[in-house]
Amino acid sequence: MTLAQKIEERFFKVLMILATYFILFILAIIIYSIFEKGVKSISWEMLTQIPKGGYYYGKDGGILNAILGSLSLATGATVLAFLIGLPVALYINVFLIRNKKLVNVIRFLLDLVWGIPSIVYGAFGFMLMIFFGIQTSLLAGILTVTLFILPIMIRSMDEILRTVPIGLMEAAYSLGSNKSETAFKIFTRQSISGIITAVLLSFGRAIGDAASVLFTAGYTDNLPNSLMEPVATLPLSIFFQLSSPVPEVQNRAYASALVLTLIILIVSLFSRGIGKRYHKTKINF
Amino acid sequence: MSDNAKISIRDLNVYAGKSQILKDVNIEIPKNKITVILGPSGCGKTTLLKCLNRLTDLYPELRVTGEIMIDDNNILQAREDIYKLRQQMGLLSQRPYPLPMTIYNNIAYALKLRGIKKRREIQKLALHYLQQASLWDEVRTRLREPASRLSIGQQQRLCLARGLAVNPEIILADEPTSALDPISSQFIEETFLKLKNEYTIVLVTHVLRQAKRIADNVVFMYLGEVIEQGSVEEVFGNPRMEKTKQYLGGTFN
Amino acid sequence: MYLLNRQQRHVVNYSWMIVSLLLVAFLPFFLFLGLYLKSFLLLHDYSLVDLIFSREWRPSNGKFGFYPFIVGSVWVTLVAMIITAPICLLTAIYVTQYTKKYFLRIMHPAIDILAGIPSVVYGLWGILVVVPFISRYLGPWLEIKTMGYSILAASLVLSIMIIPFVLNILIEIFKSIPTELKEAALSLGATQWQTVKSVLLRKAMPGIIAAFGFGLARAFGETMAVLMVVGNVVRLPKSLFDPGYTLPALIANNYGEMMSIPRYDSALMFAALLLLIVSLFFNLVMHFFIVKYNKY
Repeated sequence: MTLAQKIEERFFKVLMILATYFILFILAIIIYSIFEKGVKSISWEMLTQIPKGGYYYGKDGGILNAILGSLSLATGATVLAFLIGLPVALYINVFLIRNKKLVNVIRFLLDLVWGIPSIVYGAFGFMLMIFFGIQTSLLAGILTVTLFILPIMIRSMDEILRTVPIGLMEAAYSLGSNKSETAFKIFTRQSISGIITAVLLSFGRAIGDAASVLFTAGYTDNLPNSLMEPVATLPLSIFFQLSSPVPEVQNRAYASALVLTLIILIVSLFSRGIGKRYHKTKINF
Repeated sequence: MSDNAKISIRDLNVYAGKSQILKDVNIEIPKNKITVILGPSGCGKTTLLKCLNRLTDLYPELRVTGEIMIDDNNILQAREDIYKLRQQMGLLSQRPYPLPMTIYNNIAYALKLRGIKKRREIQKLALHYLQQASLWDEVRTRLREPASRLSIGQQQRLCLARGLAVNPEIILADEPTSALDPISSQFIEETFLKLKNEYTIVLVTHVLRQAKRIADNVVFMYLGEVIEQGSVEEVFGNPRMEKTKQYLGGTFN
Repeated sequence: MYLLNRQQRHVVNYSWMIVSLLLVAFLPFFLFLGLYLKSFLLLHDYSLVDLIFSREWRPSNGKFGFYPFIVGSVWVTLVAMIITAPICLLTAIYVTQYTKKYFLRIMHPAIDILAGIPSVVYGLWGILVVVPFISRYLGPWLEIKTMGYSILAASLVLSIMIIPFVLNILIEIFKSIPTELKEAALSLGATQWQTVKSVLLRKAMPGIIAAFGFGLARAFGETMAVLMVVGNVVRLPKSLFDPGYTLPALIANNYGEMMSIPRYDSALMFAALLLLIVSLFFNLVMHFFIVKYNKY
């Protein structure tokens, strides 16, 4: 090796190490600043009360409306997306096994919708609301977020279902199972841990996205009580509180951000744990 | 079809794209005997087996022509109820594919597909089939454990028990011992010998000694063609074709 | 035991699958058609060229010039990509070629967490850290007057947001390159970096381009975080330190008023349509790069 080569080798290796640790460093900074700011302003009161009069000028109250609102909206959307997404993923991998071309076209379409930004779904949802004469409401929010997380969920389910070996399918068929039994009884069981991960991943996306609920879910100080009423969400509560000039309210935005980040971190930890737990019945090929 | 033939294959051709995997295959498989399909790997044995229970349907690239008569019913023509048709045959593949559920449910699933609904009866039959596959003694205390915890040899016997549970008349086995240790292989072979009074068994293998040990009938295949078939005494004792002699003598290239 | 028999259950399941599949498969067409019909009013009264290249944005006077927003979006996206691209490329090479397997096991959760942090939280972090950094340190140091809320702030926040996204694709691509290829180069006496240059990068080039393309598309549509730090001033930015405005931010900021001014709703739906077209176009093109890559 010549000296020039040696220097080049060294130089790029140092750059690579710098880049890698830069990413870890940035992650640490983000987590640190959210926690540092959030922990200072979080309180029991904030987590258990709804906004009272003058809350947005710094008076008493909490963000329970947004916490419960976000949880119900994300849960509703995740359930709906699951009911539509799982059949699609199973259909591609069990029913269409003979038709590779069609499968490729469907996967291509899924890739396309997967990349569409959430604000476009938000605008589309808003348009539908006007068309059908629906007000901003929990229902409108759920429907919009469902469309937005559907491609995310299907894609990650598809990635898992693709790895089911054809031998398992042959085994199921040789016992006389029909296609939908093979799909819903055998394929789902074999992929259960991956399916749960896909669902939780989508839940995390649903609860964290603001752009799609901005037009459709509205905002309210009340707890969610009806599908047809507007509902508060955590991302929007952060956004609104942060734009207030009152320092106390801004501090609550930091606390709300901490709550949202914690929910998402817990969900992602949970998905790893559950994945391990349900791994037992999976056959390793 | 001769009187005691369970399966009779006539002019079977299988194409994959432009290449031909099986060429004019004609085989008679007698009832309640073990018929061994013998040949070097890549000669189309597995494809032949998959034709028998229409698993070829899963592979879009395969095109199948000819006739496969099972009890005077051409299964290649059958449009309705391929699922019922497959229940006439239990399949044992090269490596075990237990279903992703408990040991007990592996059998119960098959029994339910057969239409048995009463719990008592399912329990009784599960015991029966696990015994038939010589697995009962090893799993009697761990029926609720996932099947994935069994050793690979036990898994293969579980698959056999599961295959028997759909009450087939035929057992199709595709090199069922190739992934197993010698003890487990012996278990499977002994079970086959016990089962042949009740079932017609088609076993694909490339292991000569295995064929000698358990075969009643032998079909020797090479490059997608049937070279020779007959009883084990005829084919092993007095092979007519040059290719068969070479293969049996180990001077095959 | 069951309400329906096997065959009936099969039919129910089957129709359920088909209906779901049709819904998903036609989603892009529904989106396009819906947004197109809504923006039709605007497209009917103004020429497309005027809309895209006119600089004047005064909805109450009926002036709808999208140029400042398009320019703002393009700036923010490109600068973010310029920052992200080398970081991701270097990191992806490092974690797949230079480190032991356990290091990837540490990196994966880190990438997952970065990907999971919601957009508003990134925005908040931008306000807390990036904006003050620019207005108090970087600006004065370069002797530029800036409020901190600027194209640069948005680009910096955005560049971090798309790291997990681009990095994941790159890692997958580098992992899929067979070891034999690298070993062949190494056995010829090439150094590790030479192998990376001559084999890895060349082989993976279509995949790398696709990864960056997907990243661009993602960055272009990002809404909340950018909106929170970009400044939201309708003006053509002259430098990175000027505030700007982006297409997604335009939609998100004005949905409240859009029903009160004629054609305003149409204009915002047109902005959404533009975003949709850009996203579909990029994903389409990059898809072919990936297909090309997979052929090798």
